[in-house]
Amino acid sequence: MKTLAELQAIRDKARKEINLREENPDAIRVMVGMATCGIAAGARPVLNALVEETGKRNLTNVTVTQTGCIGLCQNEPVVEVLVPGQDKVTYINVDAEKAIRIVNDHIVNGNVVSEYTIGTAIK
Amino acid sequence: MFRSNVLICGGTGCSSSKSGELIAAMNEELKKKGLEKEVNVVTTGCFGLCALGPIMVVYPEGSFYSMVKVEDIPEIVEEHLLKGRIVKRLLYSETVQEDVVQSLNKTAFYAKQKRIALRNCGLINPEIIEEYIAMDGYAALGKVLTEMAPADVIKCISDSGLRGRGGGGFPTGTKWSFAAAQTADQKYVCCNADEGDPGAFMDRSVLEGDPHAVIEAMAIAGYTIGANQGFIYVRAEYPIAIKRLQIAIGQARENGLLGNNIFGTDFSFDLEIRLGAGAFVCGEETSLMTSIEGKRGEPRPRPPFPAVKGLFGKPTVLNNVETYANIPQIILNGAEWFASMGTPNAKGTKVFALGGKINNTGLVEIPMGTTLREVVEEIGGGIPNGKKFKAAQTGGPSGGCIPAQHLDVSLDYDSLIAIGTMIGSGGLIIMDEDNCMVDIAKFFLEFTVDESCGKCTPCRIGTKRLYELLEKVTSGNGTMEDIDKMEELCYYIKDNSLCGLGQTAPNPVLSTLRFFRDEYIAHVKDKKCPAGVCKGLLNYYILPDKCKGCTACARKCPVGAITGKVKETHVIDKSKCIKCGACVETCKFDAIIKM
Repeated sequence: MKTLAELQAIRDKARKEINLREENPDAIRVMVGMATCGIAAGARPVLNALVEETGKRNLTNVTVTQTGCIGLCQNEPVVEVLVPGQDKVTYINVDAEKAIRIVNDHIVNGNVVSEYTIGTAIK
Repeated sequence: MFRSNVLICGGTGCSSSKSGELIAAMNEELKKKGLEKEVNVVTTGCFGLCALGPIMVVYPEGSFYSMVKVEDIPEIVEEHLLKGRIVKRLLYSETVQEDVVQSLNKTAFYAKQKRIALRNCGLINPEIIEEYIAMDGYAALGKVLTEMAPADVIKCISDSGLRGRGGGGFPTGTKWSFAAAQTADQKYVCCNADEGDPGAFMDRSVLEGDPHAVIEAMAIAGYTIGANQGFIYVRAEYPIAIKRLQIAIGQARENGLLGNNIFGTDFSFDLEIRLGAGAFVCGEETSLMTSIEGKRGEPRPRPPFPAVKGLFGKPTVLNNVETYANIPQIILNGAEWFASMGTPNAKGTKVFALGGKINNTGLVEIPMGTTLREVVEEIGGGIPNGKKFKAAQTGGPSGGCIPAQHLDVSLDYDSLIAIGTMIGSGGLIIMDEDNCMVDIAKFFLEFTVDESCGKCTPCRIGTKRLYELLEKVTSGNGTMEDIDKMEELCYYIKDNSLCGLGQTAPNPVLSTLRFFRDEYIAHVKDKKCPAGVCKGLLNYYILPDKCKGCTACARKCPVGAITGKVKETHVIDKSKCIKCGACVETCKFDAIIKM
């Protein structure tokens, strides 16, 4: 270790893995339905894509977690995005590609991807 | 990227309840389900709640699973990690309020704690230096080496009000300034990890859970006083702590955080581990240094103090593990931050090893000045089986007892000394009405008799004679003169012993004589042990109206002291009875009593 910058670089890299372990009440919560129906419909790749994408973009303020069945089994995989202070947004029939777009448009830029939301897509 | 972290405690407490098997089973199960790339299994240091081990915490949810068994692993993986359904039956019951899972930090055990020395314990993997660096590790060393002069460091530590956490309570900044002021061709930094008090395991947990914090702090001390070599004296009975220290020192060297020209400056520093062979006296600073030198661990008179003439006759700074663990935080957050916690004369926090008759045994770190009542009733969760609090023992064999009338005492250096005990290294043993205070004093004295190094007479012979007097009292042969003689002998030993071991050895006796003299008198005058502990004063009786004559006790008695025919009342022959209590446990009709 010759410089403080080197230490900082190690810190920033390792920080990503540790972040998960701190309770952050202000975090944006992304929940993937992972009951039997969700898993059968392909929720696992969606979950992984969400984790990868948030990691790639250094989104430390986001926790990706699983949740159970919300009763929309025919529309699984379901992804819910909960930004503190805002209404919950529910996306349906999500796949890995859609998941990446949700991260980029909704979580990073704050624009709800309305074409995937339950209100639009179900019609 | 991992989406979930599973933290499993690998401290000594949970390791002995087989957390190692849990880690292996978890890894295997994850592989079976193809989740090994998504879920990171992390072995951590102590979470503190040792009574509920083995402990497992799953993030990002922060689910706190307690007393997990290998058989539970498939369910946790299937339900929680795969489907996202928390396994509620395994959660620590305090975290479930009216069926809603709440944060661990809101539970009674953790709510009043303030973790500084233990901040990384149970949060990072102590065997991976990157995880420590991620928690701002080595940033304090970087700051000290690039921005601060040694005098600035001393000022910062002095202003913080940090005092020695090993028991003495000497101001750390002052200690460092003494060593820094010396001119010498060589100086040393030593760490006292020879934690020997019965029931104390604060230092072990820091070393096991966050070894880099100690290494970083020792390097800071080295820079401050002008030393390039450090020694960590750790007892050989701490294998996990030693292993993690070795790994940590190796990783620090690889990353250039120990060795030559750290952070490209002129400062070089390296560390070595020295193992103690288990002598309690080696926790005393002069004995510890004599032992590092390769000689028999015996104390030497002070002055000269170690800061002037310490290890190998050179100026030396010697601090305890917990003291060091506070240093990097003080450097990073500033003296004012640290000084804002605690009482006017005792800043910051103190780690206590909570044990004895208490529901939540384990490790707690609380701001100085927290009352004993808060620790016992809130953090500790009260006394088991609805018994009454009788006393708390602090400071191990060097300390004394705090009786119930002082339950509201503030836990800090001066308040405890005022009532005849000391904060010590942090052992806190809770006793209920079933504990005999004379017996407790005898227990600690037996320990010091064993551990007296024998160099000076007052300690070697004095503690032995004191022990014999206690023995006389507990066997029912004591006289009132013996009690006075004991008191006199206590003061003689205190005044004349060479080192801290002897000077403090009579404290358990003096303290119990002060607060529980009536118990001593009961032993002497009434020939009774009020708590029913001292075997010499106990007799077992069979109550004729309750005895059914089942013969169970007679068959169990190892010395054949119980006689009686089937379906007739049995009797105990007092001359044969060895008072082992086996008959009481055997009797189904509660017909046998001791009094």
